[in-house]
Amino acid sequence: MRELYYSHAIREALEEEMERDECVILLGEDLAEYGGAFKITADIVGRFGPERVRNTPISEAGFVGVAVGAALTGLRPVVEIMFMDFITLAMDQLINHAAKFRYMYNGKVKVPLVVRTPAGAGRAYGPTHSQSLERHFVATPGLVVLAPATAEDAKGMLKAAIRCDDPVVFVESKVLYGRRGPVPEGDYVTPIGRARVAREGKDVSILAYSRMVEEALRAADALAKHGISAEVVDLRSLAPLDLGAIAESVSKTGRVVVVEEGNTTGGVAAEILARIIEECFYDLQAPPRRVAAADVPVPASPTLERTVVPDASVIGRAAAALVLGD
Amino acid sequence: MNTPYPPEELLSHYRLMLLIRRFETVLSDLFGEGLVPGTAHFCIGQEACAVGATASLQADDLVTSNHRGHGHLIAKGGEPARLMAELFGKSTGYCGGRSGSQHLCELKIGFLGSNGITGGMVAVGTGAALSQKLLGTNRVVLSFFGDGATGQGVLQEALNMAATWRLPIVFFCENNGYAMSMPVERAFAEPSVARRFAGFGLSTEMVDGMDYFAVREAAERAVARARQGEGPTLVEALTYRFCGHSKSDDCSYRTREEEQRWIERDPLHLMRRRLSELGLLDVAGEEDFQRQVEAEVQAALAYARSSSDPDPATATSNLFAGTYPD
Repeated sequence: MRELYYSHAIREALEEEMERDECVILLGEDLAEYGGAFKITADIVGRFGPERVRNTPISEAGFVGVAVGAALTGLRPVVEIMFMDFITLAMDQLINHAAKFRYMYNGKVKVPLVVRTPAGAGRAYGPTHSQSLERHFVATPGLVVLAPATAEDAKGMLKAAIRCDDPVVFVESKVLYGRRGPVPEGDYVTPIGRARVAREGKDVSILAYSRMVEEALRAADALAKHGISAEVVDLRSLAPLDLGAIAESVSKTGRVVVVEEGNTTGGVAAEILARIIEECFYDLQAPPRRVAAADVPVPASPTLERTVVPDASVIGRAAAALVLGD
Repeated sequence: MNTPYPPEELLSHYRLMLLIRRFETVLSDLFGEGLVPGTAHFCIGQEACAVGATASLQADDLVTSNHRGHGHLIAKGGEPARLMAELFGKSTGYCGGRSGSQHLCELKIGFLGSNGITGGMVAVGTGAALSQKLLGTNRVVLSFFGDGATGQGVLQEALNMAATWRLPIVFFCENNGYAMSMPVERAFAEPSVARRFAGFGLSTEMVDGMDYFAVREAAERAVARARQGEGPTLVEALTYRFCGHSKSDDCSYRTREEEQRWIERDPLHLMRRRLSELGLLDVAGEEDFQRQVEAEVQAALAYARSSSDPDPATATSNLFAGTYPD
């Protein structure tokens, strides 16, 4: 199979969906001629024109609100938030408008909106350009939250998100933009709400998403050298969560480490651990663990950043401790 | 004295203003007696804004509204009975009892929605206007908000985008002088909304919000500009709420003398006098209208009271469309 960059897989999804459905439009800062801060939308304006590839002023609250209104009235807007950190400016439009409309208007409306945004650390961009804020959206009823870890899923999940009639927060990874992987040609979708076993194993389950899948796989390689067989589950969809796949893996291995790049307290991993304890308690042979960022902002210095954000060695140590009974 | 408007239309609009006044007055009394759950914000005194502005629209044009939206909904063709049922939290209400007073929606009459977040729906309305432009409809959006909302960043962002993109929308500000208790003169160095936004690159106009004819004429000019592709207009209507901000407001922040000065310009009195000067309405006609309106409000009340509560089993339904592609 041909290989594409994760970033180009996203661009291909956007172009194919814009070709397929003229109601799909793009909105965001610098995404037309400039191609977006990460060049994801480079050249798309040349093909589809400035009406459908619409540069906005620096007004995250405003243009997310505009996209919500456009989604209510027949368009399928795909918004780019340049860094996930900036999504805080649009929280009201996401939480009090997009997420609530269908429920509070009792099913009369749909909000087929996608908000794409690069999250995560690893580029030394500092405290307001490195956050992983998906926890807030996972905790908001009415939102779908997706976070692809591979180029193939980046394309397939974005196409699913654009065709989905619910508002989607689509979490991309700015580090993964530069990774290549096999991507099928042409049309396919990766179903929403289904996790993927990225590596089979029998001693311990490592649940991860987005860039942390890569770190989890590296940890699994290292664990294998010490005779520990780790299973890596790529969650892919954080809301809805694939509890079936999680339970299946946990019941098989009896040990689980949940990994996220965001802060520890009140995070995605915390919620998943709670679910595991509720659903799989008697399958567990060891206390479940989470591995997440320290509860501080992400510092700019690469040395400090590496200290704060999880990586393969931290994940591997946590998994080994569970198996070896440390 | 004459008028370009058909007499039957003027009479029906006057009747609509009476209906809104009576609906709100009865409702306010019921709240006072503790017979309605929750809270509400009444538009008593602002009826000429709701009816005069929506009179400029065609049936399939769209309206967005705010927390003080009962009058907007009725003016756009909403049924008092279903609105009353919603306020009573009943299954027959516009949103099945989920929305209460502040989150109304009825797409069949072009009422796109109201929301309790001040200023939020102005961005949503702007997005609806973007849809009309891109989908090539000839529809116009009328977005109601108050003077308080003009302090919100999201509203200012939306106005800027609407002006920059020349969207078919009318921003209709009901400036009633107070954001809850905060006088507009103390919140803004430039208290006039029209003057404050004149530099945004859109048309602005200030009108007497107590005068149905002045409101309607200004709204018609604004709607015509929007429909002809000449971009948005901000209409500032100077008005007053004769009641408190919400059910629990004692109006301690304003004087009885000030209230009396505005009540002397009651929009219902002004309209009645004008209709009488035009020879369209006499005492018998007025009494007939009063009887009709009273009967309609009492019927609405009976409908609401006799309707069933929502089925608790539906409390979690209609959160997601849930149609995910695979």
